[in-house]
Amino acid sequence: MELNSKIPEGPLSEKWSKHKFNVKLVNPSNKRKYDVIVVGSGLAGAAAAASLAELGYNVKCFCFQDSPRRAHSIAAQGGINAAKNYQNDGDSVFRLFYDTIKGGDYRAREANVHRLAEVSVSIIDQCVAQGVPFAREYGGLLSNRSFGGAQVSRTFYARGQTGQQLLLGAYSALSRQIETGKVKMHTRTEMLDVVTVDGKARGIVTRDLVTGKIESHAGHAVLLCTGGYGNVFYLSTNAMGSNVTAAWRAHKKGAYFANPCYTQIHPTCIPVSGDHQSKLTLMSESLRNDGRVWVPKTEADAKAIQEGKKKANDIKEEDRDYFLERKYPAFGNLVPRDVASRNAKQMCDEKKGVGKTGLAVYLDFTDAIKRDGLKTIEAKYGNLFEMYKQITNEDPYKMPMMIYPAVHYTMGGLWVDYNLMTSVPGLYAMGEANFSDHGANRLGASALMQGLADGYFVAPYTIGDYLAQMPADKVTTDHPEFKKAEAEVKNQIDTLLKINGTKTVDEFHKELGKIMWEYCGMARSEKGLLFARKRVQEIRAEFWKNVKVVGANEELNITLEKALRVADFLELGELMIVDALNRNESCGGHFREEYQTEEGEAKRDDNNFAYVAAWEYNGKDKDETLNKEPLVFENVKLTQRSYK
Amino acid sequence: MKLTLKIWRQKNANDKGKMVEYKLDHVSEDMSFLEMLDVLNEELLHKGEQPVAFDHDCREGICGMCSLYINGHPHGPLQTTTCQLHMRSFKDGETIYIEPWRAKAFPVVKDLVVNRSAFDRIIQAGGYVSVNTGVTVDANEIPVPRETADLAMDAAQCIGCGACVASCKNASAMLFVSAKVSQLALLPQGKAERKKRVEKMVAKMDEEGFGSCTNTGACEAECPKGISLSNIARMNREYFVAKLSSNNL
Repeated sequence: MELNSKIPEGPLSEKWSKHKFNVKLVNPSNKRKYDVIVVGSGLAGAAAAASLAELGYNVKCFCFQDSPRRAHSIAAQGGINAAKNYQNDGDSVFRLFYDTIKGGDYRAREANVHRLAEVSVSIIDQCVAQGVPFAREYGGLLSNRSFGGAQVSRTFYARGQTGQQLLLGAYSALSRQIETGKVKMHTRTEMLDVVTVDGKARGIVTRDLVTGKIESHAGHAVLLCTGGYGNVFYLSTNAMGSNVTAAWRAHKKGAYFANPCYTQIHPTCIPVSGDHQSKLTLMSESLRNDGRVWVPKTEADAKAIQEGKKKANDIKEEDRDYFLERKYPAFGNLVPRDVASRNAKQMCDEKKGVGKTGLAVYLDFTDAIKRDGLKTIEAKYGNLFEMYKQITNEDPYKMPMMIYPAVHYTMGGLWVDYNLMTSVPGLYAMGEANFSDHGANRLGASALMQGLADGYFVAPYTIGDYLAQMPADKVTTDHPEFKKAEAEVKNQIDTLLKINGTKTVDEFHKELGKIMWEYCGMARSEKGLLFARKRVQEIRAEFWKNVKVVGANEELNITLEKALRVADFLELGELMIVDALNRNESCGGHFREEYQTEEGEAKRDDNNFAYVAAWEYNGKDKDETLNKEPLVFENVKLTQRSYK
Repeated sequence: MKLTLKIWRQKNANDKGKMVEYKLDHVSEDMSFLEMLDVLNEELLHKGEQPVAFDHDCREGICGMCSLYINGHPHGPLQTTTCQLHMRSFKDGETIYIEPWRAKAFPVVKDLVVNRSAFDRIIQAGGYVSVNTGVTVDANEIPVPRETADLAMDAAQCIGCGACVASCKNASAMLFVSAKVSQLALLPQGKAERKKRVEKMVAKMDEEGFGSCTNTGACEAECPKGISLSNIARMNREYFVAKLSSNNL
């Protein structure tokens, strides 16, 4: 199929304004005739559901947690970017656009990113109006901090809980619409399929996680705001329930999956402590504002630390290698995430890592505490330090933190056009679930911005445009397509319950995760990827023969929930590997060992790979078809990314 | 570490439920409490038994989904969420009692999972500023003194886990409700609706079957986010002012 990104004509800075004027409108009294389904209640989902309901559409919103307030957006710590230029430090919409495109290693769509930068300013206004308690200066005005990949201070924050406060803002707007009856909220409900009628998305099939009831819901448009797929790695900073199922089932119904190999490995996470580990905990990137990253200069010192013979404070100043400051003097500790992560890995590969496992580097606040005083540092990062202490039993005020990279975010996702519509008409993907704005690497504090931009400010226009062009007549859930999809879902559940094998779902998930981390994680090679593809196929085949799922469908069944999700990760994992194999270049979070500069930096191939890889599903165990959307850069010059 | 676990098992909302004993060896001090339960569940699965159902999601202490009444304390012995509690807080050979939140307004769904949707309905009754998307002024046109913003943030940190209700002998939800009422009453954006808001939220809280507050302070002592009792005092003031001066409701 021909990919049409539907980017509006005209100069970059006018595209969105013109498009907003050109979109078709649904007359206010007709809006109540249209039903919109929103899956997910995070920043994108809650914002979209609330905003569409405010306009007058009937919205049904779904989440698998017990309340919409639990969505994983809540865990974002550091902040949200916006081109307000309140600091008078030279920020502008164009600069935020430029930083985001460059940070994404020139693999994102210019028009989408510019729109994101434009609406960023409205997001802050919106959140403040809702009562989000952002950090403030003594004069009562909003405060900012800096984040990686930028040389201006444009990040708004609410202590170390920015995601929580923004999500609770969106949740409050959503709650208000639930009270008015315009949003019907379905909690503890998981989407298991998209239903298309005459080629258009017209509903979904869900499972009630308490009763097991399989149910259909019909509407005129379906929005997937279901987050990313980082849990394919088993260990990640995602919540335990985060999954790819909604997006993957949509993919199997015709929605293209774009750039699945672009995964973000976050540099500042608490290192793994043992095999029992169920998830990894992120320490906000904002810590790199004041923390200095280092390892011992010599292998001998590193070894002594690993064996417990020396401590961080025993290493003299001149024997420490502040490797980010040394290699990237312009950005120092605030280089983008992919660069910081890869350098930490490199240090550990050179046997200079610290901690019991040697898989950690220090993040040291000694100098910051000396300079600004304990109180200031405590006010800025108190809750993060507390969390670190809780998990590791070490006091970061006295000893440097130990950090190591971990899977954090997925830039890839469902392919969408400028209107955020997937390749299935009427099916939209927003927030982390789509691929569109972050290219091959996302800058810190940009995920919150994108989720809210999509939900509050893009969806209300573009979905209206689609609905205005379709009749309001309803498809009911008695339609044969719904019955067919329900039967498929029930059949899959029955199959899983009947296998009664010997290995648990978690055992399969861990096996998959290890392969993905080893061969499709921070560094990838053709040889490793070919091996990994074969292994993932084998694990998947074994899963369907030997998985053990106990209990029945008609009850709260935590094993069955997990099995359904892991079944999809086992398919997605292979596509990620295929995508990584296809992309014979290094860019952002995708680092192919064969393609690097002499200094070990990512080496892009703009002549052959300046495109979006959009994969098309062809059926079970068949190779997917690659569709290419060329990326056209008219406003920025493609250069080797440099933060030196 | 070796542990004896006494865990509440209940098939569904209609089942009577009972405590069941499990032995667990090979527990590491570095495990989180929920990871310890993961290990137990893997063992149960291998035996073909139903794993213990419990709510959890972020495992970073922020989503508010995890619960558990551990040895008589919501979220266990420390003032943190269960997901941030580690096994080093327990002794080798110890017997640990694990129960669900107990409150009329939080009925058990299965095992350790309870239904906390009453909290959502209280927020729906008025826990917001009524502002539509896009109808706003520039953010810096509403200055908020830093002290006020900090107080509002202190209250806004509530994660809605329900530990306050579980810790209260009356199963009162006053700490939860007052945190939201305080946040919005403190900020200029919330002032226009403050009377209506507190009246509606308190009425909903009573309707949902939460008990009364008798100022025991257990909620504050057990709150994993340290939400202060002063919020309850502020809500009481807000409520009396509203009742004395308004004819809402």
